[in-house]
Amino acid sequence: MEPSARHMPHPLDDLLRVDRIPHIWCPGCGIGTVFSSCLTSMKSSGIDLAKTVMVSGIGCSGRGAGYVNLDSYHTTHGRALPFATGMKLANPELNVVVFSGDGDLFAIGGNHFIHAARRNIELTVVCVNNFNYGMTGGQVAATTPFLAKTTTTSLGNPDSPFNLPLLAFAAGATYVARWTVLHARELMGSIQEALLKKGFSFIEVLAPCPVNYGRRNKLSLLDTMRLYQQKTIIKNGASPTELDIDFSRGVVLGKFIDIQRPTCIESYDRTCRPQEIAEGKAA
Amino acid sequence: MKLWRIPLDSQTVQTPKGIVHILEDRCKGCGYCIEFCPKKVLQFSNRFNKKGYHPPEAMNEGDCVNCHFCEIICPEFAIYSMEDTRA
Ligand SMILES: Cc1ncc(C[n+]2csc(CCOP(=O)(O)OP(=O)(O)O)c2C)c(N)n1
Ligand code: SF4
Ligand code: SF4
Ligand code: SF4
Ligand SMILES: [Mg+2]
Repeated sequence: MEPSARHMPHPLDDLLRVDRIPHIWCPGCGIGTVFSSCLTSMKSSGIDLAKTVMVSGIGCSGRGAGYVNLDSYHTTHGRALPFATGMKLANPELNVVVFSGDGDLFAIGGNHFIHAARRNIELTVVCVNNFNYGMTGGQVAATTPFLAKTTTTSLGNPDSPFNLPLLAFAAGATYVARWTVLHARELMGSIQEALLKKGFSFIEVLAPCPVNYGRRNKLSLLDTMRLYQQKTIIKNGASPTELDIDFSRGVVLGKFIDIQRPTCIESYDRTCRPQEIAEGKAA
Repeated sequence: MKLWRIPLDSQTVQTPKGIVHILEDRCKGCGYCIEFCPKKVLQFSNRFNKKGYHPPEAMNEGDCVNCHFCEIICPEFAIYSMEDTRA
Protein backbone atom coordinates (compact mmCIF):
# COMPACT_ATOMS: atom_id res chain seq x y z
CA MET A 1 0.00 0.00 0.00
CA GLU A 2 1.27 3.47 -0.84
CA PRO A 3 1.75 5.47 2.37
CA SER A 4 -0.34 8.32 0.93
CA ALA A 5 -3.34 5.98 0.70
CA ARG A 6 -3.66 6.12 4.49
CA HIS A 7 -4.62 9.77 4.29
CA MET A 8 -7.25 9.41 1.59
CA PRO A 9 -10.77 10.14 2.77
CA HIS A 10 -13.27 7.34 3.34
CA PRO A 11 -16.10 7.29 0.74
CA LEU A 12 -18.61 8.24 3.46
CA ASP A 13 -16.60 11.12 4.91
CA ASP A 14 -18.80 13.69 3.16
CA LEU A 15 -21.79 12.43 5.17
CA LEU A 16 -19.87 12.20 8.45
CA ARG A 17 -18.94 14.85 10.97
CA VAL A 18 -15.35 13.69 10.65
CA ASP A 19 -14.18 15.92 13.49
CA ARG A 20 -16.13 13.59 15.82
CA ILE A 21 -14.61 10.38 14.43
CA PRO A 22 -13.55 7.98 16.01
CA HIS A 23 -17.06 7.80 17.46
CA ILE A 24 -17.87 6.73 21.04
CA TRP A 25 -19.06 3.21 20.18
CA CYS A 26 -17.02 0.39 21.75
CA PRO A 27 -14.74 -1.87 19.67
CA GLY A 28 -16.90 -4.38 17.79
CA CYS A 29 -20.15 -2.57 18.61
CA GLY A 30 -22.61 -3.19 15.76
CA ILE A 31 -24.09 0.31 15.81
CA GLY A 32 -21.28 1.64 13.60
CA THR A 33 -22.03 -0.92 10.90
CA VAL A 34 -25.77 -0.12 10.95
CA PHE A 35 -24.95 3.58 10.80
CA SER A 36 -22.55 3.13 7.92
CA SER A 37 -25.13 1.01 6.03
CA CYS A 38 -27.69 3.73 6.63
CA LEU A 39 -25.42 6.45 5.22
CA THR A 40 -24.51 4.36 2.18
CA SER A 41 -28.20 3.70 1.47
CA MET A 42 -29.08 7.37 1.88
CA LYS A 43 -26.49 8.13 -0.78
CA SER A 44 -27.34 5.32 -3.17
CA SER A 45 -31.12 5.79 -2.98
CA GLY A 46 -30.82 9.10 -4.81
CA ILE A 47 -33.00 11.00 -2.31
CA ASP A 48 -32.26 14.72 -1.98
CA LEU A 49 -29.84 14.83 0.95
CA ALA A 50 -30.32 18.56 1.33
CA LYS A 51 -33.90 17.70 2.29
CA THR A 52 -33.06 14.76 4.55
CA VAL A 53 -32.88 14.80 8.34
CA MET A 54 -31.86 12.18 10.87
CA VAL A 55 -33.57 11.99 14.25
CA SER A 56 -32.40 9.91 17.21
CA GLY A 57 -33.45 9.45 20.82
CA ILE A 58 -31.16 8.63 23.74
CA GLY A 59 -28.84 5.64 24.08
CA CYS A 60 -25.66 4.47 22.38
CA SER A 61 -27.65 4.02 19.15
CA GLY A 62 -29.19 7.44 19.74
CA ARG A 63 -25.78 9.01 19.17
CA GLY A 64 -26.29 8.41 15.43
CA ALA A 65 -27.87 11.80 14.79
CA GLY A 66 -24.76 13.46 16.18
CA TYR A 67 -22.44 11.94 13.59
CA VAL A 68 -24.30 12.62 10.36
CA ASN A 69 -23.24 15.67 8.39
CA LEU A 70 -26.84 16.66 7.57
CA ASP A 71 -29.50 18.41 9.57
CA SER A 72 -30.15 16.13 12.50
CA TYR A 73 -31.90 16.11 15.81
CA HIS A 74 -30.85 14.38 19.03
CA THR A 75 -34.08 14.31 21.02
CA THR A 76 -35.08 13.26 24.54
CA HIS A 77 -35.30 9.59 25.51
CA GLY A 78 -38.09 7.74 23.71
CA ARG A 79 -39.24 10.79 21.79
CA ALA A 80 -37.50 10.44 18.43
CA LEU A 81 -40.79 9.54 16.74
CA PRO A 82 -42.86 12.46 18.06
CA PHE A 83 -40.15 14.91 16.97
CA ALA A 84 -39.85 13.18 13.60
CA THR A 85 -43.64 13.22 13.16
CA GLY A 86 -43.73 16.94 13.83
CA MET A 87 -40.97 17.59 11.30
CA LYS A 88 -42.65 15.54 8.60
CA LEU A 89 -46.07 17.11 9.11
CA ALA A 90 -44.68 20.65 9.24
CA ASN A 91 -42.47 20.13 6.22
CA PRO A 92 -43.80 17.21 4.15
CA GLU A 93 -41.04 17.42 1.55
CA LEU A 94 -38.40 16.29 4.08
CA ASN A 95 -37.12 12.72 4.10
CA VAL A 96 -37.08 11.86 7.80
CA VAL A 97 -34.88 9.00 8.99
CA VAL A 98 -35.18 7.83 12.58
CA PHE A 99 -32.09 6.02 13.86
CA SER A 100 -32.37 4.75 17.42
CA GLY A 101 -32.15 1.83 19.84
CA ASP A 102 -34.54 -0.90 20.92
CA GLY A 103 -34.95 0.62 24.38
CA ASP A 104 -35.55 4.08 23.05
CA LEU A 105 -38.05 3.02 20.38
CA PHE A 106 -39.85 0.15 22.13
CA ALA A 107 -39.59 0.58 25.90
CA ILE A 108 -39.93 4.26 26.88
CA GLY A 109 -40.92 5.11 23.28
CA GLY A 110 -43.15 2.11 22.55
CA ASN A 111 -46.38 4.05 22.65
CA HIS A 112 -45.11 6.58 20.13
CA PHE A 113 -44.04 3.76 17.85
CA ILE A 114 -47.44 2.10 17.64
CA HIS A 115 -49.19 5.38 16.94
CA ALA A 116 -46.72 6.56 14.30
CA ALA A 117 -47.21 3.19 12.55
CA ARG A 118 -51.00 3.30 12.98
CA ARG A 119 -51.18 6.77 11.42
CA ASN A 120 -48.81 5.70 8.63
CA ILE A 121 -46.55 8.71 9.05
CA GLU A 122 -44.07 8.65 6.18
CA LEU A 123 -40.86 7.91 8.14
CA THR A 124 -37.98 5.46 7.80
CA VAL A 125 -37.27 3.92 11.19
CA VAL A 126 -34.01 1.99 11.66
CA CYS A 127 -33.87 0.26 15.03
CA VAL A 128 -30.56 -1.09 16.33
CA ASN A 129 -31.64 -4.07 18.45
CA ASN A 130 -28.76 -5.07 20.71
CA PHE A 131 -31.11 -6.80 23.18
CA ASN A 132 -30.36 -4.45 26.08
CA TYR A 133 -29.88 -0.89 27.32
CA GLY A 134 -26.27 -0.57 26.27
CA MET A 135 -25.65 3.01 27.33
CA THR A 136 -26.75 2.69 30.94
CA GLY A 137 -24.80 -0.49 31.70
CA GLY A 138 -26.66 -3.38 30.12
CA GLN A 139 -30.05 -3.58 31.82
CA VAL A 140 -32.86 -5.85 30.62
CA ALA A 141 -34.91 -4.41 27.74
CA ALA A 142 -38.25 -5.18 26.14
CA THR A 143 -36.22 -7.06 23.51
CA THR A 144 -33.95 -9.14 25.77
CA PRO A 145 -34.35 -12.80 24.76
CA PHE A 146 -35.97 -15.23 27.23
CA LEU A 147 -33.41 -16.45 29.81
CA ALA A 148 -30.66 -14.09 28.60
CA LYS A 149 -28.49 -12.49 31.27
CA THR A 150 -28.33 -8.76 31.82
CA THR A 151 -27.29 -6.63 34.80
CA THR A 152 -30.88 -6.70 36.05
CA THR A 153 -31.62 -10.34 35.17
CA SER A 154 -28.58 -12.11 36.58
CA LEU A 155 -30.43 -15.43 36.73
CA GLY A 156 -31.76 -15.05 33.20
CA ASN A 157 -34.64 -13.01 31.78
CA PRO A 158 -37.92 -14.57 32.96
CA ASP A 159 -39.96 -12.58 30.40
CA SER A 160 -40.53 -12.98 26.67
CA PRO A 161 -39.23 -10.30 24.33
CA PHE A 162 -41.22 -8.35 21.77
CA ASN A 163 -41.34 -9.70 18.26
CA LEU A 164 -40.68 -6.28 16.72
CA PRO A 165 -41.70 -6.99 13.09
CA LEU A 166 -45.00 -8.45 14.34
CA LEU A 167 -45.57 -5.41 16.52
CA ALA A 168 -44.79 -3.03 13.64
CA PHE A 169 -47.05 -4.94 11.24
CA ALA A 170 -49.93 -5.17 13.72
CA ALA A 171 -49.70 -1.45 14.40
CA GLY A 172 -49.91 -0.63 10.68
CA ALA A 173 -46.38 -0.29 9.24
CA THR A 174 -46.33 -0.57 5.44
CA TYR A 175 -42.72 -1.82 5.14
CA VAL A 176 -41.12 -4.23 7.62
CA ALA A 177 -37.74 -5.99 7.42
CA ARG A 178 -35.18 -7.53 9.76
CA TRP A 179 -31.46 -8.12 9.17
CA THR A 180 -28.30 -8.47 11.24
CA VAL A 181 -25.14 -6.39 10.85
CA LEU A 182 -23.51 -9.35 9.13
CA HIS A 183 -26.22 -9.05 6.45
CA ALA A 184 -25.18 -5.47 5.78
CA ARG A 185 -25.63 -5.83 2.02
CA GLU A 186 -29.25 -6.98 2.33
CA LEU A 187 -29.74 -4.36 5.03
CA MET A 188 -28.64 -1.61 2.64
CA GLY A 189 -31.10 -2.90 0.04
CA SER A 190 -33.91 -2.67 2.59
CA ILE A 191 -32.99 0.78 3.88
CA GLN A 192 -32.86 2.03 0.31
CA GLU A 193 -36.34 0.61 -0.42
CA ALA A 194 -37.65 2.01 2.83
CA LEU A 195 -36.31 5.50 2.03
CA LEU A 196 -38.20 5.47 -1.25
CA LYS A 197 -41.35 4.02 0.30
CA LYS A 198 -44.38 6.24 0.75
CA GLY A 199 -45.44 5.14 4.23
CA PHE A 200 -44.19 4.11 7.65
CA SER A 201 -41.17 1.82 7.18
CA PHE A 202 -39.51 -0.18 9.91
CA ILE A 203 -36.21 -2.03 9.78
CA GLU A 204 -34.91 -3.99 12.76
CA VAL A 205 -31.17 -4.68 12.77
CA LEU A 206 -29.72 -7.21 15.20
CA ALA A 207 -26.38 -5.89 16.38
CA PRO A 208 -23.72 -6.98 18.85
CA CYS A 209 -23.17 -5.03 22.07
CA PRO A 210 -20.05 -6.94 23.08
CA VAL A 211 -19.33 -4.83 26.16
CA ASN A 212 -22.63 -5.26 27.96
CA TYR A 213 -24.90 -7.88 26.42
CA GLY A 214 -22.14 -9.99 24.90
CA ARG A 215 -19.98 -10.15 27.99
CA ARG A 216 -22.84 -11.25 30.26
CA ASN A 217 -23.95 -13.94 27.83
CA LYS A 218 -20.44 -15.21 27.15
CA LEU A 219 -20.52 -14.08 23.54
CA SER A 220 -17.35 -12.53 22.16
CA LEU A 221 -17.72 -10.20 19.19
CA LEU A 222 -16.93 -12.93 16.73
CA ASP A 223 -19.22 -15.43 18.54
CA THR A 224 -22.13 -13.07 17.99
CA MET A 225 -21.30 -12.69 14.31
CA ARG A 226 -21.06 -16.48 13.94
CA LEU A 227 -24.46 -16.81 15.57
CA TYR A 228 -25.78 -14.37 12.97
CA GLN A 229 -24.12 -16.47 10.27
CA GLN A 230 -25.14 -19.93 11.47
CA LYS A 231 -28.42 -19.44 13.32
CA THR A 232 -30.37 -17.25 10.93
CA ILE A 233 -32.67 -18.16 8.05
CA ILE A 234 -33.54 -15.74 5.25
CA LYS A 235 -37.24 -16.03 4.43
CA ASN A 236 -38.60 -13.05 2.57
CA GLY A 237 -42.35 -12.73 2.95
CA ALA A 238 -42.44 -14.84 6.13
CA SER A 239 -45.48 -14.31 8.31
CA PRO A 240 -44.73 -11.84 11.11
CA THR A 241 -46.04 -14.39 13.61
CA GLU A 242 -43.04 -16.65 12.85
CA LEU A 243 -40.47 -14.08 13.84
CA ASP A 244 -39.84 -14.66 17.54
CA ILE A 245 -36.16 -14.32 18.40
CA ASP A 246 -34.84 -17.64 19.63
CA PHE A 247 -31.32 -18.44 18.48
CA SER A 248 -31.64 -22.06 19.59
CA ARG A 249 -34.30 -22.55 16.88
CA GLY A 250 -32.95 -20.04 14.36
CA VAL A 251 -33.94 -16.44 13.74
CA VAL A 252 -35.80 -15.50 10.57
CA LEU A 253 -34.51 -12.52 8.55
CA GLY A 254 -35.86 -10.85 5.43
CA LYS A 255 -38.33 -8.38 4.06
CA PHE A 256 -41.69 -9.35 5.45
CA ILE A 257 -44.14 -6.58 4.60
CA ASP A 258 -44.30 -4.15 1.67
CA ILE A 259 -47.84 -2.85 1.24
CA GLN A 260 -49.51 0.41 0.35
CA ARG A 261 -52.14 2.43 2.19
CA PRO A 262 -52.84 6.16 2.46
CA THR A 263 -50.28 8.09 4.49
CA CYS A 264 -51.20 10.35 7.37
CA ILE A 265 -50.80 13.46 5.25
CA GLU A 266 -52.85 12.05 2.35
CA SER A 267 -55.73 11.02 4.64
CA TYR A 268 -55.61 14.30 6.51
CA ASP A 269 -55.77 16.39 3.38
CA ARG A 270 -58.59 14.32 1.88
CA THR A 271 -60.59 14.50 5.07
CA CYS A 272 -59.86 17.95 6.41
CA ARG A 273 -58.75 20.02 3.42
CA PRO A 274 -61.03 19.08 0.49
CA GLN A 275 -61.23 22.72 -0.55
CA GLU A 276 -57.42 23.05 -0.85
CA ILE A 277 -57.25 19.82 -2.84
CA ALA A 278 -59.88 21.16 -5.24
CA GLU A 279 -57.78 24.30 -5.65
CA GLY A 280 -54.60 22.26 -6.13
CA LYS A 281 -52.94 23.49 -2.92
CA ALA A 282 -52.81 20.15 -1.05
CA ALA A 283 -51.91 16.50 -1.76
CA MET B 1 -13.04 -19.65 -3.05
CA LYS B 2 -13.00 -23.44 -3.63
CA LEU B 3 -14.73 -24.58 -6.80
CA TRP B 4 -15.81 -28.20 -7.35
CA ARG B 5 -15.23 -27.80 -11.07
CA ILE B 6 -13.64 -25.13 -13.23
CA PRO B 7 -16.41 -22.98 -14.72
CA LEU B 8 -16.64 -23.30 -18.50
CA ASP B 9 -16.34 -19.56 -18.96
CA SER B 10 -13.36 -19.19 -16.62
CA GLN B 11 -11.19 -18.07 -19.53
CA THR B 12 -13.42 -15.14 -20.43
CA VAL B 13 -14.69 -13.98 -17.04
CA GLN B 14 -12.50 -11.31 -15.52
CA THR B 15 -12.31 -11.07 -11.76
CA PRO B 16 -12.23 -7.45 -10.58
CA LYS B 17 -9.12 -6.33 -8.76
CA GLY B 18 -9.19 -4.04 -5.79
CA ILE B 19 -6.88 -2.00 -3.64
CA VAL B 20 -7.72 -1.78 0.02
CA HIS B 21 -7.17 1.49 1.90
CA ILE B 22 -6.91 1.57 5.68
CA LEU B 23 -7.35 4.68 7.84
CA GLU B 24 -5.30 3.22 10.65
CA ASP B 25 -6.07 5.70 13.39
CA ARG B 26 -9.81 5.10 13.11
CA CYS B 27 -9.52 1.33 13.64
CA LYS B 28 -10.58 -0.23 16.97
CA GLY B 29 -9.24 -3.68 16.17
CA CYS B 30 -12.53 -5.62 16.10
CA GLY B 31 -11.23 -7.92 13.37
CA TYR B 32 -14.50 -8.11 11.41
CA CYS B 33 -12.81 -7.10 8.14
CA ILE B 34 -10.17 -9.79 8.65
CA GLU B 35 -12.65 -12.52 9.59
CA PHE B 36 -15.19 -11.85 6.85
CA CYS B 37 -13.02 -10.94 3.85
CA PRO B 38 -13.99 -13.68 1.38
CA LYS B 39 -10.46 -13.76 -0.04
CA LYS B 40 -8.58 -13.67 3.29
CA VAL B 41 -6.63 -10.65 2.15
CA LEU B 42 -6.24 -9.05 5.58
CA GLN B 43 -4.44 -9.77 8.84
CA PHE B 44 -3.71 -7.83 12.04
CA SER B 45 -0.52 -5.82 11.75
CA ASN B 46 2.04 -5.59 14.53
CA ARG B 47 1.81 -1.81 14.50
CA PHE B 48 -0.13 0.12 17.13
CA ASN B 49 -2.31 3.01 16.08
CA LYS B 50 -2.81 6.21 18.10
CA LYS B 51 -5.38 4.55 20.33
CA GLY B 52 -3.31 1.42 20.92
CA TYR B 53 -5.13 -0.98 18.58
CA HIS B 54 -3.54 -3.15 15.90
CA PRO B 55 -5.05 -2.06 12.58
CA PRO B 56 -5.32 -4.60 9.77
CA GLU B 57 -2.92 -4.76 6.86
CA ALA B 58 -3.20 -6.40 3.46
CA MET B 59 -1.03 -9.50 3.29
CA ASN B 60 -2.32 -10.75 -0.08
CA GLU B 61 -3.31 -7.51 -1.71
CA GLY B 62 -3.24 -9.06 -5.17
CA ASP B 63 -6.14 -11.33 -4.12
CA CYS B 64 -8.52 -8.45 -3.33
CA VAL B 65 -11.58 -8.62 -5.61
CA ASN B 66 -12.94 -5.17 -4.68
CA CYS B 67 -16.09 -6.67 -3.15
CA HIS B 68 -16.21 -3.85 -0.55
CA PHE B 69 -17.28 -6.22 2.22
CA CYS B 70 -14.54 -4.99 4.59
CA GLU B 71 -15.77 -1.46 3.96
CA ILE B 72 -19.41 -2.38 4.59
CA ILE B 73 -18.84 -4.38 7.77
CA CYS B 74 -16.32 -2.01 9.42
CA PRO B 75 -18.08 -0.13 12.24
CA GLU B 76 -15.41 2.58 12.23
CA PHE B 77 -15.22 3.96 8.66
CA ALA B 78 -11.61 2.77 8.78
CA ILE B 79 -11.25 0.63 5.64
CA TYR B 80 -12.48 0.68 2.06
CA SER B 81 -11.61 -0.77 -1.29
CA MET B 82 -11.28 0.80 -4.71
CA GLU B 83 -10.93 -0.68 -8.16
CA ASP B 84 -7.33 -1.31 -9.10
CA THR B 85 -6.89 0.42 -12.43
CA ARG B 86 -3.11 0.01 -12.54
CA ALA B 87 -3.01 -3.21 -14.60
C1 LIG C 1 -36.34 9.92 30.63
C2 LIG C 1 -35.12 9.07 30.72
N1 LIG C 1 -35.20 7.88 31.33
C3 LIG C 1 -34.12 7.08 31.41
C4 LIG C 1 -32.93 7.48 30.87
C5 LIG C 1 -31.72 6.59 30.97
N2 LIG C 1 -31.39 5.93 29.72
C6 LIG C 1 -30.46 6.44 28.88
S1 LIG C 1 -30.22 5.49 27.52
C7 LIG C 1 -31.35 4.33 28.06
C8 LIG C 1 -31.66 3.09 27.30
C9 LIG C 1 -31.07 3.01 25.96
O1 LIG C 1 -31.31 1.77 25.38
P1 LIG C 1 -31.39 1.60 23.82
O2 LIG C 1 -32.34 2.55 23.23
O3 LIG C 1 -31.61 0.15 23.53
O4 LIG C 1 -29.95 2.09 23.32
P2 LIG C 1 -28.53 1.35 23.33
O5 LIG C 1 -27.70 2.10 24.31
O6 LIG C 1 -28.72 -0.09 23.69
O7 LIG C 1 -28.05 1.52 21.92
C10 LIG C 1 -31.90 4.74 29.28
C11 LIG C 1 -32.92 3.95 30.02
C12 LIG C 1 -32.88 8.73 30.21
N3 LIG C 1 -31.76 9.17 29.62
N4 LIG C 1 -33.97 9.51 30.16
S1 SF4 D 1 -22.19 -0.27 25.45
FE1 SF4 D 1 -22.82 -1.75 23.91
S2 SF4 D 1 -24.22 -0.64 22.56
FE2 SF4 D 1 -23.07 0.90 23.74
S3 SF4 D 1 -21.32 1.45 22.43
FE3 SF4 D 1 -20.65 -0.16 23.83
S4 SF4 D 1 -20.96 -2.08 22.71
FE4 SF4 D 1 -22.17 -0.48 21.67
S1 SF4 E 1 -12.69 -5.59 -0.85
FE1 SF4 E 1 -13.37 -7.71 -0.43
S2 SF4 E 1 -11.64 -8.96 -1.11
FE2 SF4 E 1 -10.86 -6.88 -0.93
S3 SF4 E 1 -10.01 -6.79 1.17
FE3 SF4 E 1 -12.12 -6.04 1.27
S4 SF4 E 1 -13.33 -7.84 1.81
FE4 SF4 E 1 -11.35 -8.58 1.08
S1 SF4 F 1 -13.42 -3.83 10.70
FE1 SF4 F 1 -12.64 -1.72 10.87
S2 SF4 F 1 -12.32 -1.37 13.06
FE2 SF4 F 1 -12.54 -3.58 12.77
S3 SF4 F 1 -10.42 -4.31 12.53
FE3 SF4 F 1 -11.19 -3.91 10.47
S4 SF4 F 1 -10.56 -1.79 10.03
FE4 SF4 F 1 -10.37 -2.07 12.25
MG1 LIG G 1 -30.31 -1.31 23.01
